[in-house]
Parts: sequence; structure tokens; C-alpha cells
Amino acid sequence: MSQILKMVAQRFALGFLTLFIVSLIIFLGIELLPGDIAEEILGQSATPETVAAFRKELGLDVPAHIRYFDWLWGMLNGDMGRSLANKREISELIGLRFGNTLFLAVTAAAISVPLALTLGVLAALYRHSFYDRAVNVVTLSSISFPEFFVAYILIFLLSVTFPIFPSIANISDATPFWEKVYKVLLPALTLTLVVVAHMMRMTRAAIINLLASPYIEMANLKGLSRARVIVKHALPNALAPIINVVVINLAYLIVGVVVVEVVFVYPGLGQLMVDSVSKRDLPVVQASAMIFAGTYVLLNLLADILSILTNPRLLHPR
Amino acid sequence: MKSDNKLSSAMNTDVSRRGFLGGTAALGVTVASTSALMGKKAYAAKKGGHLRAGIAHGSTTDSLDPATYENGFSLALDYTLFNHLGEVDHTGAVRPELAESWEASPDATTWSFKLRQGVEFHNGKTLEASDVIASIEYHMGEDTKSAAKSLLKQVKSMKADGKNEVVIELEAGNADFPYVISDYHIAIKPAKDGKIDPTEGIGTGPYALENYEPGVRLMANKNKNYFKSDRAHFDQVELITIIDLAARQNALTTGEIDMMDRADLKTVHLLKRQKGINVMETVGYKHYTMPMRTDTAPFDKNDLRLALKYSLDREELVKKILRGHGVVGNDHPISPTNQYHAEGLAQRMYDPDKAKFHFKKAGLEGTTIQLSAADAAFPGAVDAAVLYKEHAAKAGIDIEVVREPNDGYWSNVWMKKGWCACYWGGRPTEDWMFTTAYAAGADWNDTFWNHDRFNELLLAARAELDSDKRRTMYYEMQEIVSNDGGVVVPMFANYVFAASDKILPSEQMAGNWELDGSKFTERWSFA
Repeated sequence: MSQILKMVAQRFALGFLTLFIVSLIIFLGIELLPGDIAEEILGQSATPETVAAFRKELGLDVPAHIRYFDWLWGMLNGDMGRSLANKREISELIGLRFGNTLFLAVTAAAISVPLALTLGVLAALYRHSFYDRAVNVVTLSSISFPEFFVAYILIFLLSVTFPIFPSIANISDATPFWEKVYKVLLPALTLTLVVVAHMMRMTRAAIINLLASPYIEMANLKGLSRARVIVKHALPNALAPIINVVVINLAYLIVGVVVVEVVFVYPGLGQLMVDSVSKRDLPVVQASAMIFAGTYVLLNLLADILSILTNPRLLHPR
Repeated sequence: MKSDNKLSSAMNTDVSRRGFLGGTAALGVTVASTSALMGKKAYAAKKGGHLRAGIAHGSTTDSLDPATYENGFSLALDYTLFNHLGEVDHTGAVRPELAESWEASPDATTWSFKLRQGVEFHNGKTLEASDVIASIEYHMGEDTKSAAKSLLKQVKSMKADGKNEVVIELEAGNADFPYVISDYHIAIKPAKDGKIDPTEGIGTGPYALENYEPGVRLMANKNKNYFKSDRAHFDQVELITIIDLAARQNALTTGEIDMMDRADLKTVHLLKRQKGINVMETVGYKHYTMPMRTDTAPFDKNDLRLALKYSLDREELVKKILRGHGVVGNDHPISPTNQYHAEGLAQRMYDPDKAKFHFKKAGLEGTTIQLSAADAAFPGAVDAAVLYKEHAAKAGIDIEVVREPNDGYWSNVWMKKGWCACYWGGRPTEDWMFTTAYAAGADWNDTFWNHDRFNELLLAARAELDSDKRRTMYYEMQEIVSNDGGVVVPMFANYVFAASDKILPSEQMAGNWELDGSKFTERWSFA
């Protein structure tokens, strides 16, 4: 167990280093982009005078490295700062959006993970059957289409032709919980179609891989049923790779949903980040990038820990 | 000069011209009239209801600060929460709003605005002259970032005459000053210790702010004490940012929203076919331009400018880029909706021979002319540039289309590259448009143009209160810009928008901005 703790500590340190590097890259990247927030916000109506006045008001006349370290110091002290564009507390701004993004991700995960695992186990169980092929074709097709296309098809089917769901997920703080769930079902379904194939195929492959092992042969020779062999004997040993792919998809559900957010007009973090990049609102971009990077680091760590817990042999790589 | 006589005389001519336009559809466009849309149904606004409007703009970086208002969402927000000294009506004339009336000295340098009495802000404070002065002052001075700064440069002094009158003295006469002071940036907010708080949403407008999430939505409730008793019909309005076009049109067709702006010109004929949806369009000031830097070779040669002006088939651009939802331009920025639009000025036609002649005269045969374009300039700008290239090729002129990134277009391309694509929302008055972008040394003189006669006329016309004399001067100025200016104005684009038939728009819509001068929350209602 202490070995696991040691690994976790190591990984945390590495994670912080990663976040630091990410913040540097993002900062430099935005500095390299043409124009700054003063020019972008004033747009076509900018004059040199108003741009200069705006820059001064925002403190953009300070050299870049000082602004960066100011920001870093604030972050380390738990202060995300304020948006340059509208002076709102970033923690408040992001809190709201991140909450929405998580809500959508959790809804999508609640549908897609059990669905993918079930489909995957069944596909392994009935390998090469018609069912196996059908599931593969359907999931692989849905993953092959761009997200917005899947989204439009779903809107066409489920809100235009058969008006079951609303075509936009127009939610706010005041929306009651179940109404929120109802409104995000269509985007969640889109995401499900996009991620399910990956998880399903991995589950199927991992289990099939194990089916050739001696202890499965033993179980078969004992005369156990095929379902029991797979669920009881193969699945626990296949968990490590499955957990990995599930967690990577969870991370995707959080950080990769910008397109879905746009199509369904969903107020999530992705849209916030895109807007902020295009307007060069650096503190907001930095904060959202940190959250996205942090999500990946944490989920990866979680995946490793869970894999090791299910299969302690992984602690000792050969 | 009383606003009611002088300005309305100017307006009458406008009404008759517009009436002519609407009646005969002379240019193939009409100002949408509600009675036509609604069939024989009588016009009757219904009170109440929750309006949901899908707006094609809005970004998380927006704010309530009127200094930075620039997109369709902030305009709608502005007119929902705030009032201004005057408002532009459906004839294009400016009418008193928070001002009750205004008067000018005979040379149009001193303007006094009588304020409407008993108007209350959403927080219960009564409107006074000091609020108006503080609201205007916010856009003036060294360290303001306001886009209205250049408009207010002409203000020499401002003072309150009692609680209900504001006297503004200008550096030079300006007959259009009531238009200028009614600019959407100059929203009237309550003052505290002589300053307004730009970030709070308290105004005198038809609706009071309930909740604003930049880039997502604005919720506002009816202002029960609104001073216009026949306006503000909804109980609650919700403006929703829906940037994705397909999402916006889907939301309208599935009833998620009641109305939307910026219909897709490519599919608007399909939208029209939908039951229960009305597509509307208004002719506005919005025009697409291609400014050249007249201070840089080779665009400093007027023969080249003329050659390029003659080598464009405008009709085809209107047909292919605007899908017919617009009118051809005549190389000057004054729209057919403007009061002093030069009707007699001959329309410039596509003429490869003339183009060839001027190109040769400029001595540039064999050279390649670069035209920078990105869709940030206007939707379809890149396609328009490619069409331009094809048209010019017939005149032996080689145009190289340089495709620029949308990102940073306004800071790196516009007013930097020799020739590029651009758009102008336009301005309600000739003086305003010319002063903003054509006067020598103006901040946004994107052609870096300097024409003595033009500059002289600009000053003279501005201070002239006689409408006929002004008309003659503005006609001449349009002619000068068209023949000598550095700008190609291929077309004026209509505003095209749509609403469900549960919505009753104004009987006659204003064309100064999209969606009934962006005042739909105040002027429209449920049917």
C-alpha cells in the first residue's frame, strides 16, 4: 500500500510540473497571437487612443513576464483573478460553467459507460455472431461521423420529426433538476454515440484476449457456463485496460465537448474558453486551461490507481 | 429651431420617398409591413407573455459597459434596459425619447435638451439633468475606451439648466447633433456623485435586468413604471445567444425560441416555407466595402481606382453573395434609406472596356493587384473577392485574392493592407458616415483619403439647417466619393430575420439596425 502512496505522491508532483508547463505554453501561445484583448473587444471601432486607454485600464502596458508571474502567484494563492473583458471573478465565472460541463459529462457517462460495458461483454460473449457484427458496425459508424453531424441527425430525428426533446439545451441555474436532465438528454445522447464505440471495443478486446488464458480454459473445463466464465473470471482481470479507456473517455466528455456545446447552445466551459481565446482574455484562458489539464492529470492518476487496485501485479512492471 | 418643425420638415420628404419605395418596390425590396404579413388581421398588441429571442451574437467576454457595445446582442441588451435622449423611428428620423424636445441656436452650435419629467430608473431614482451629463461624460475625456469618443469630440461644454434641461455647446455647428447624442453607446444611466457605474444594468428602459450571463442569456422583467405606456408589451424577455446558424433556425422551427436575427441567406427560402414562421427583411444602412489605401501605391492613382470600380459586376454579387437580399451600391456609403441619398447619381455599371482604358492610363498593365479578404469582413467576402477576380480578368486586370485569417482581421489587415474587404453597419446621417470614415484624418478613414472640396463641403453641410441646401451639398459629396474616393461599395445588405407567427412585430419597422432598429423588445408583442 505504501508503494501506491509513493506512486501517488510522485504522480502529483509530476502533475504539478505538467500544469506549470501547460500554463507557460498557453501564456506564450496567446502572447504570440495577433492583437490583444483591447483590440479584439473594441474590434472595428478601435482607435489607437481608445486602445491605449483600454490597455492601461487592464494593466496590459506591463511587460508580459511580470503579468505571467503575477498571475502565477495569484493562482498559487488560490486567486484566479478577474476576467479582463468584464471584470467578473473568474472563479465565479468558471464555477458556473464547469458545473454545467460536469453535469453534461456525468449524464453522458451515466448512459454511455454501462451501455458500453454491457455491449462489450455481450459482444465478447457472442463473438462473431450477428449481434457482435451489428453492434460493431453501428458504434463504429457513429464514432466515424463528426460530432456536429451526429448532433444534427439526432435533432432532426428526435426534435424535428418526432418532437420528443428540445433542440437546444437552454438551461440556467434556476432550472429544476429533472428538467435539466431532460434538456441535456439530447447532447448527452450525442456524446454517448461518440464515445461508446471506443469503450465497447476495448471491453470486447480485453475480454477476448483473456479468453485464451489457461485459467479460463480451466474454468471452461470445470463446465462453468460461458456467461459465468466471462463475468466472474475474465472481466475482473480485464478491468485494468477497460478502466483506462473509460477514464480517458470521461476526460474527453469534460474537455472535448465544445462542438456539442455550440450545436446545443449549452453554456459549458468549452464555449467560455473558445470565446476567451478569440478575445485574448488571458486570465480566463489560463484558468480554463488549468482546469482542463488538471482534469486529465487527475483522471489519469485515478485510472492508474484503480488499475493497480484491481491488478496489483501492475505495480511491478516486468 | 424646434425639433418638431425643422426636423419634421426634413422628415416629410423622407416619408414620401420611402412611401414611394414601399409602394412600387422600385429596387426590388420592400420594407416589411406587418399588415401584409398578417393578412387582414387587425393590428392589436397583446400584453404579457415571455419572449425568447435567439441572437446570433454574444460572447462570454461581453459586459454591461456601454463603452464596448458593438455586437447584435449588446445592441438588443442596450435597447431593452436603457433609453437614450432620442430614438430613430421607422422613417429614419430621430425622435425625442428621454428628451421631451430639443432646440438649437440658429448656427446649430448650442443645443438644449428638455428632459421628460417624472421618468424613473429601475431603482426608483428620478431622471435628472445630472444623470444625462454623467452618462455622456463617461464617453469623453482622455482615458475613455468608448467607441463614442470620436462622436463627442465636438462637444465643447455641457451644463445643466435646472433639473430638467441640458445645454450642450459644440465646437462647430452640427444640424444632426440629436442623432449623434442618441447613439446606442450613450445609454442614460443613473449618476452617483457625478459619475455613472458602467457595469451595473440600471436604466430607464422598458425592462429591468433580472439576470445576465454574458455569452449565454439576458433575462429582464417588464418595467412597470415605463414612461411609454403603449410600449413594452411582454412580461419578461429572454435574449439567448445562439451563434450556430443551424441551431438558431432549428430552435425557431421547433418552437424553442419565438424569433431570431440573421437568417441564413442560403436557406431562407426553405425557412419561408415552414408553417407558422414569418421571414422579414428591412433595408438598412449596412454595406459591404472594399477600401483601398489612397496614400499607398498603386492605389494613389485614381485611374486604377476607377479601373477597379468598373471591373466589378455588382448585380452578380448581390445575386450570389446576398442571394438577392440587398441592393447594388454605387461606390459611396450613403444608403437608399438615408435622407439625402443621391438618387440622380448614375449607377456605375460593369464595363470591362472602361476598366481596361483606365488601367492602361494608370500605366499598370501587367501588374497584379492584391485584394485581401476573410469572412470576418462580411459573410461571403472571400467568395465575393474571387468573383471580383473573375470579372476583372475580362478587363485584363489580374487580381490576386489573398485569403486572410478571420482572427485578428481588424487589427492586422483592415487599414493595414493596400486593399481589403470590409463592412460598415452604416450611420443614420450622411454627416456621421462621412465624418467617421471619409473626412481627412478621421480615425477610421480606411481609405486614407483626403479631398479638399469634399472636406470643405462636409463642414459647410454640417452646420447648414436648410434642408434643400444640405441636399445639394450631400449629393455633390456622394458624387465625389464615387468618382474619386478609394472605396468600392458593391452592395447594401438587407437585414433578414424571422419570427413565429405568434409574434406581432411593429406595423412599420425601423431600418437603422436589425430587428426593428434593435428595439423589438420594446415595440413587438404577442399576437
